[in-house]
Amino acid sequence: MRWLILCLALLASPVWAVQPDEILPDPALEARARELSKGLRCLVCRNENIDDSHADLARDLRLLVRERLVAGDSDEQVIEFVVARYGEFVLLKPITTGANMLLWAAGPLMLLIGAGMGLVYVRRRARAQSDGVGDPGLDADEQARLDQILKG
Amino acid sequence: MFNELGHFALILAFMVACVQAVVPLMGAQMRRPGWMAVAEPAATVQFLLTLLAFLALTWAFVTSDFSLRLVWANSHTAKPMLYKITGVWGNHEGSMLLWVLIVALFGAFVAWFGQGLPPGLKARVLSVQGMIGAAFFAFILFTSNPFLRLEVPPFDGQDLNPLLQDPGLAFHPPFLYLGYVGLSMTFSFAVAALIEERVDAAWGRWVRPYTLAAWMFLTIGIALGSWWAYYELGWGGFWFWDPVENASFMPWLISAALLHSAVVVEKREALKSWTILLAIIAFGFSMIGAFITRSGVLTSVHAFATDPERGLFLLLILAVFMGGALTLFALRASAMQAKGVFGVSSRESMLLINNILLGVAAFVVFVGTIWPLVAELFFDRKLSVGEPFFNLAFTPFMVLLGLILPVGALLPWKRARLGRAIGQLRMAFGVSVAIGVLVWAMQSGRSGLGPVGLFLGAWLISGAAIDLWSRTGRGQSRVARLFRLPRADWGRVVAHGGLGVSMAGVAAMLAWSVEDIRVVSKGDRFDLAGYSFTLNDVWQENGPNYRSTMAEFEVRKGAGQVALLHPEKRFYPVAAMPTTEAAIDNGILRDIYVVIGDPQASGGWAVRTYYKPLANWIWGGAILMALGGGLSLSDRRYRVAAGAARRRTSPSSPVAAQ
Repeated sequence: MRWLILCLALLASPVWAVQPDEILPDPALEARARELSKGLRCLVCRNENIDDSHADLARDLRLLVRERLVAGDSDEQVIEFVVARYGEFVLLKPITTGANMLLWAAGPLMLLIGAGMGLVYVRRRARAQSDGVGDPGLDADEQARLDQILKG
Repeated sequence: MFNELGHFALILAFMVACVQAVVPLMGAQMRRPGWMAVAEPAATVQFLLTLLAFLALTWAFVTSDFSLRLVWANSHTAKPMLYKITGVWGNHEGSMLLWVLIVALFGAFVAWFGQGLPPGLKARVLSVQGMIGAAFFAFILFTSNPFLRLEVPPFDGQDLNPLLQDPGLAFHPPFLYLGYVGLSMTFSFAVAALIEERVDAAWGRWVRPYTLAAWMFLTIGIALGSWWAYYELGWGGFWFWDPVENASFMPWLISAALLHSAVVVEKREALKSWTILLAIIAFGFSMIGAFITRSGVLTSVHAFATDPERGLFLLLILAVFMGGALTLFALRASAMQAKGVFGVSSRESMLLINNILLGVAAFVVFVGTIWPLVAELFFDRKLSVGEPFFNLAFTPFMVLLGLILPVGALLPWKRARLGRAIGQLRMAFGVSVAIGVLVWAMQSGRSGLGPVGLFLGAWLISGAAIDLWSRTGRGQSRVARLFRLPRADWGRVVAHGGLGVSMAGVAAMLAWSVEDIRVVSKGDRFDLAGYSFTLNDVWQENGPNYRSTMAEFEVRKGAGQVALLHPEKRFYPVAAMPTTEAAIDNGILRDIYVVIGDPQASGGWAVRTYYKPLANWIWGGAILMALGGGLSLSDRRYRVAAGAARRRTSPSSPVAAQ
């Protein structure tokens, strides 16, 4: 019974996220590998990085990253190596050139626009105060209601 | 029999919703009170019919009626009763039924408790709510009917996805939907106000409770989901910037902005058209969320059904409602003149900055979420946008928000002296900076994330405390007055403090988590972050519908035992899926998190151990935020306002707003 469960478990869950046997003996290299893995997407999963993924392909990629690091590649070289083979789809942090400029600039641009519009609005509100524009006073109904309230 | 009854009730509810969508609105436009009066009974009947349909489906799940295709596909006789019930919404069709049930519930709420609303507004609000209901009823009936039968009922079902068989995730959807759909109510109010061309302080006051409720439920729903991810997925992550998570986060950000701008409408009759626009966009994001989860356009970890036909239908609903509301907005927005005047330095301006920051943050999340789609369609590039982008592009806005929040909360309305507020906060700022610097000195030269996060946390919490204290006035008996403050004041302070707690938690967790992965055999001992772990035993156990590999770890610190932890690895034979159940020793300052993995060829088990500082602060802060929302919601102002409006014929006047 026990071996049956074991077999089933192994069949159903091929691997885990980072396995003990993948870890490099050199802690500095391993730390770099982990950091790089966090920025690489598991290609067969949905939006998971290879560091967290349980898929076989993610394991292969993790091993590949470690292989390159052991071979003496710099972080950039490893990323280039992976991108050259799998395309920019693997990058969870999109590159900042070309059309992607729009993506990266979207937030700051919107902040500028928002701040500009907000400033205009606030200035107009503040000016309304000094020359009375924007406060048309009470209309007839409201005046009647106010009188009624003041009379008690 | 029950199934046919439920199915029939659902069709009837659809028809009632159609009547509710048309008749009261026409009545309001043609000034026919009789037609307008249809709205209330229609909303009640619609709710009761939908409830009947929902109960019928629940009954089918409880009794494991496998003649229903949906029950067969998502249930199993051996499943515990709790998950049979929660399994009702653990699938696409059932969750849509829950969605319309809540749409109808909110409508019925307006019918039952909206006595203070002027009849015209009420009829129009219920009418728009009826339109939303009708659209989703049609969606369910024509594309995702839960009551479809199987010709030959099988003996047993295919079981619910084991990942969903968990208390945290079981109650995550209802809360989330209460939030999403609560925003349909503010949407209805906004559209009704546009039709009436009337937005005033009273409108702000009526909309606020619904916004507050929606935001509060969204907070709870998101926190439950994130907590579930933390303990269930096996590596202690709590937020992944996944499209579906973003889909719930965008409405949260927008509703937080709406919450604050509605205050400005209520108190100062300014920011009116902006508030209306936010109300429309907030529900738009809710529907985009529904679309993203169910259309398969964006790949995501927890998408439900991925069916182009359903996606198209949802997109159509989204287009009609957003297109209609935004067109109406474009035509009518200019009619909404602001009345309140205020200086550049005032609470109004600060709330405007709050809105800009929250709006831009939501925009960044939105752009990041749909960018892969845009890039593929227009630039023919297949790319991904993930966590590193969002961490970089989103965080600065939250930091800015945290920085200005305590100052803004202290400023008075209309015209304020910035210097005075800053003076009041001098001490709080000093202490917070000191904490940040201390933390910076103590950590071993890593990122600035932790210190900045703890500084912001301390700044927000102490700022909230000063905010509360400053409301008690001067002189004697300030402490006594503290407890007589309006609940809304307490609510604001608790929610702002909660944000600080969450920010500190997130930063600490991201900056200082410690991880250990290794192979451990029985009796082995290892150390992590000052704790020692011993694997006492590993054994097999049978659960109700799963088999489990269980381990026992003894955690010690120095001589004393801290905890006995029992991580599990479960296997669900029906769904043929394994799950990990992490064992967590919860603490105020840290969590210890142990996961047992696969047996290794060389003997022993793969074991992952984590030390997670301030982990519970993340969800503790969320609970505080929700609690703050609840406190504000229970403020007697709303009840008094409802009562006062009932006695008056004219719903609003600037006098009441002051």
